[in-house]
Amino acid sequence: MAKGKPDYDNLSPTGHRNPPMPWFGMDIGGTLTKLVYFEPCDLETANEEEAEALTTIRKYLTRNITYGQTGIRDAFLEMQKQTIGGRSGSLHFIRFPTSEMNSFIELAKAKNFPHLAKSICATGGGAYKFEDDFKHQVNLELHKFDELDCLIEGIHFIDRNNDKCECYYWKNPGDSKLATKEKFDFRNPYPYLVVNIGSGVSILSVRGPAEFQRVSGTSLGGGTFLGLCCLLTGCETFEEAITLATDGDSTKVDKLVRDIYGGDYNSSKIKLPGDIVASSFGQMNLKERRENATPQDLARATLVTITNNIGSIARMVAVREKVERVVFVGNFLRVNTISMKLLAYAMDFWSQGAMKALFLEHEGYFGAMGCLMEYMKLGQKM
Amino acid sequence: MFASETVETRVKSIQLPDENVFKNLKTARRFAIDIGGSLAKLAYTATVQRKTSRVLEDDKDADSIYQVSDTNETVVRLHFVKFETKFIEGCLDFIQSHIRGVHSSLREMCLKVTGGGGYKYEELISRKLAVKVDREDEITCLIKGCNFLLKNIPDESFIYQRHGSPEYKFQGVDLNIFPYLLVNIGSGVSLIKVESDNQFDRIGGTATGGGTFWGLGSLLTKAKTFDDLLLLAEKGDHREVDMLVKDIYGGAYSLIGLPADLIASSFGKAARSPRKSSHNNIEETQTQFKEEDLARSLLLSISNDIGQIAYLHARLHGLKKIYFGGYFIRGHPLTMHTITYAINYWSKGEIQPLFLRHEGYLGAIGAFLKGAEEDGTLQNAEKYSWEENFAGSSGLAQSSRVLQTQNSNFDMLELDRLEKATLPFPLLLDPDLYQPDTVDLTQDTQARQYWLQCFIDGTKKQEEQAIKSQSQEEDAVTRAAMFREQYLARLEALKLNPCAFGSLNVRGLLDMRSHILKEFNFTDSYSQQKQLENEQALRCLADRLQTLDGISDPGDRALELARGLLAGNVFDWGAKEVADIMETGELRFEDAEEKLQVRPWLLDDFDAWLGKRLNGHTYHCAAIFCDNSGADIILGVFPFVRDLLKSGSKVILCVNSRPTLNDVTYQELLILLRRVAAICPVICEAAETNQLVVMASGQGSPCLDLRYIDEDLVSMLKSEGTDLVVIEGMGRAIHTNFDARFTCDSLKVAVLKNRWLAQRFGGDMFSVVFRFEEGSRLNKQPGTCQDERTGIYENKQHGTSQ
Repeated sequence: MAKGKPDYDNLSPTGHRNPPMPWFGMDIGGTLTKLVYFEPCDLETANEEEAEALTTIRKYLTRNITYGQTGIRDAFLEMQKQTIGGRSGSLHFIRFPTSEMNSFIELAKAKNFPHLAKSICATGGGAYKFEDDFKHQVNLELHKFDELDCLIEGIHFIDRNNDKCECYYWKNPGDSKLATKEKFDFRNPYPYLVVNIGSGVSILSVRGPAEFQRVSGTSLGGGTFLGLCCLLTGCETFEEAITLATDGDSTKVDKLVRDIYGGDYNSSKIKLPGDIVASSFGQMNLKERRENATPQDLARATLVTITNNIGSIARMVAVREKVERVVFVGNFLRVNTISMKLLAYAMDFWSQGAMKALFLEHEGYFGAMGCLMEYMKLGQKM
Repeated sequence: MFASETVETRVKSIQLPDENVFKNLKTARRFAIDIGGSLAKLAYTATVQRKTSRVLEDDKDADSIYQVSDTNETVVRLHFVKFETKFIEGCLDFIQSHIRGVHSSLREMCLKVTGGGGYKYEELISRKLAVKVDREDEITCLIKGCNFLLKNIPDESFIYQRHGSPEYKFQGVDLNIFPYLLVNIGSGVSLIKVESDNQFDRIGGTATGGGTFWGLGSLLTKAKTFDDLLLLAEKGDHREVDMLVKDIYGGAYSLIGLPADLIASSFGKAARSPRKSSHNNIEETQTQFKEEDLARSLLLSISNDIGQIAYLHARLHGLKKIYFGGYFIRGHPLTMHTITYAINYWSKGEIQPLFLRHEGYLGAIGAFLKGAEEDGTLQNAEKYSWEENFAGSSGLAQSSRVLQTQNSNFDMLELDRLEKATLPFPLLLDPDLYQPDTVDLTQDTQARQYWLQCFIDGTKKQEEQAIKSQSQEEDAVTRAAMFREQYLARLEALKLNPCAFGSLNVRGLLDMRSHILKEFNFTDSYSQQKQLENEQALRCLADRLQTLDGISDPGDRALELARGLLAGNVFDWGAKEVADIMETGELRFEDAEEKLQVRPWLLDDFDAWLGKRLNGHTYHCAAIFCDNSGADIILGVFPFVRDLLKSGSKVILCVNSRPTLNDVTYQELLILLRRVAAICPVICEAAETNQLVVMASGQGSPCLDLRYIDEDLVSMLKSEGTDLVVIEGMGRAIHTNFDARFTCDSLKVAVLKNRWLAQRFGGDMFSVVFRFEEGSRLNKQPGTCQDERTGIYENKQHGTSQ
């Protein structure tokens, strides 16, 4: 997996051939597809027909913040005044459910995308899964890039180039009133752990710019949270699930240490505080407790269960890898301060302050960003 | 009030505990209870009085050498009963009504309570049983119970291998159990690093445990109980609910080695895209998923998660063994498989996941031992040896089929205290590797089918013998029929699940039979038969000795001694085909000698043995494990012993402590020795000078398990510098110990009196095994010792080539 050291600060030096526009990076995950689009501000194109097609795409993408029923541009994440391939412009961050991939392909056809480029690049599992669809329906060659390479490249690029602070941590995460986001200088981060929480969870140990490997993972991830919430509460979207969870109380659902022992567990050798969760969903085997639990409580308990589990696996992997910085990324953390604070608190508590949970503003877009960078490199060979 | 009473009655009518569950309450002492959220485990000790026979020397009656009389023996037994916590009130009532008036002392005693449910039921227990309740730390009890089981119960732990042969790989007895990681899966999960009896530490935990499975399962399905959920999971297909690697990639993610079928996101498919559900209401979309599939997905996600977390902790602490306890697993194959898979996947096979046959009892055993230590009920409980009573213990529930048909809501474990402590036989080459049984019937299907049928066929005869031995007792017929029914039921259950009681072998089948016979008060069915045969054989001893002394050539005499040992061993009520001849009363010692295979024998090391003897090698001390009464001990073994004594060796006769079949017992042999001494001056002098001694072996089986030898015998074997071990008979030298290796010379002598077994060895009825091996030193190079061990099939070739 090791490669030559990429130059994040000066990507694609002048004099080098760029691939054809439009410039996209796409990360097709199990649940969400993430797109990074580079919008050049210095319009200069080879011919008018191409210019027209490019303009159509640009206008469509940049003048809307929603696409169809489910596509969304995260306008607040937009990065302006970026130089890529010698061109200056803005990076836009767009997402839509992977289940809508066919609509996306239709849209690409309608916007005359295939006329502009023979290929599109993608990472994530879907790059393999949808390869044939792209080929047969829009005659686009799908260039596939490894998702872990893309993820790490994307993290490093965005961290260096985002003039608003990219990396942060939570101060006083255990206290809802005092908790604040604080800047973290991520310029010399090695070694660190990346916990990428998408549908499932991948954990990568990163020792240098190009020295990293997948060391662990779990199938209990964002997909599990949303899947269980849909089943338990009838909610339909991640946002809905998070909103429910925000208003819920997981102690109505979980069994705490004090529910079993009447208070703290205190023996000569072992001490556990009473308010610690002993058994997630541990009260739900009782009919009357089930009847008293609201959808909000269930959503909250699901969120807490999944988050704590990820936190505990991440912490143990960090100990094993002898790493102190743990970076949590992935779309599970989107609009999800509950989980971030829980992770921050758990890391801090269980490691007695030795470990730090870090977060990045562009949560789920690093794979797509890295993919765009790979596409740019591809230009040299085209 | 009325409503709740009807509910209670209904529950009771299905779940009423009875004397078959809570046995021996009249003599029960020292209760302890472990109350979990779903299961409660009660522990107590009781004394069991049962009839046995006693032999008394009778000098007045010239015709009989001793009198057999009835006597009572008292066995200290530990009872453990597991039931659902919701039945606790009914169970307490039952216990209370059965101990009332019996013990006034109970009032002064305190009852140990442990487990998460302890504090909730303290008041109820204290009120119902009128005892003082004393709460014990849960984790301390768990560890105490776990250590006790691992040290005392053979085959307590096993590796589970789905589709493997065998499916359960039992671990025998581990002499070095520490260090290990105990993962106790209750409502939540505790991970405890155990370094010694008193040194342990909770190194982690997770809230995703049995309670999560039960709680989420109750929300997602209509299952009423934990076991219902497991049944659903057994039938489901998680791929309908989980997002697999191939659902994301279209295939495997080979670059980083993620297989296509690996679960990428548990419940990932249940996360609906908005459009899919926007036209449906909740009810409709929820019915997309089947309860079975959801339950399976849930079981897999939790088991996987626990496996992964257990692995991570074991890795961080450098532990190679992980034992799983608690109520979550319940011997459920899918759960054990998933946990095993997860640990093997993450550790690449370097860390071993081990399951426990009595996983649910750890806390109860620990709490009981704690209390017993404190009040002296069982002084030095840990210094005694304990034997699992197969008659009263439930086996492992294996498949959903078993779970479904299991109509009892109670699971039992009974442990009998042996009168004396036992230790491993000190002359074993490698005690860690020693495994008594020659053939593992869980692996060898053909042998299993044969032996199970053989024991089924032989049950009738055992029943008749039992009745015959107590013909004066009115209820003997009824009790014998009960023995037959219970034993046959066990054998049928073993056909379905050969692993239910640990590794299956001939020894276990024999022991289970004698446990059940004893349970119905038939402790010594052959006592009169043995007496008769001992008397007959004694009358022939003088002639036999004279015949031997008439042989002048030392080689010929040694051969005749060996043939005598073998001929004696032909007389065996345990071997069905021989018993048929013996029943006619027409088997004489000479006839038996005639029946023996002519040399070369099937396995014939006689020349090597003779060579060593003629070379003038004198053994310092020989330990002889004896087999049957009558001709075997008197006409076979004693002349052989006399020869050893004459050459200057000390001889220790090692005999069963407790009766079984027609095997000679310690008590009987003490009397026989005096009778033989009266006939033979050599033996007489040796007995007087302690050159010849009789010692109880600590065993009560027709087989020989050298892991459990009476501590006094062990110390004598050591102090006398024993340099020859002789093991006699099919049970001790063929079914068990055939492959046992010793640090000193050993002689294994047996006549194959079972046609099927003889043929399996490549011989025929009455084929002879005479195996002499010189002592070896343990080569500490890894693997060599095991490689040197020859299995039965290699030996078959060895035998036929001679």
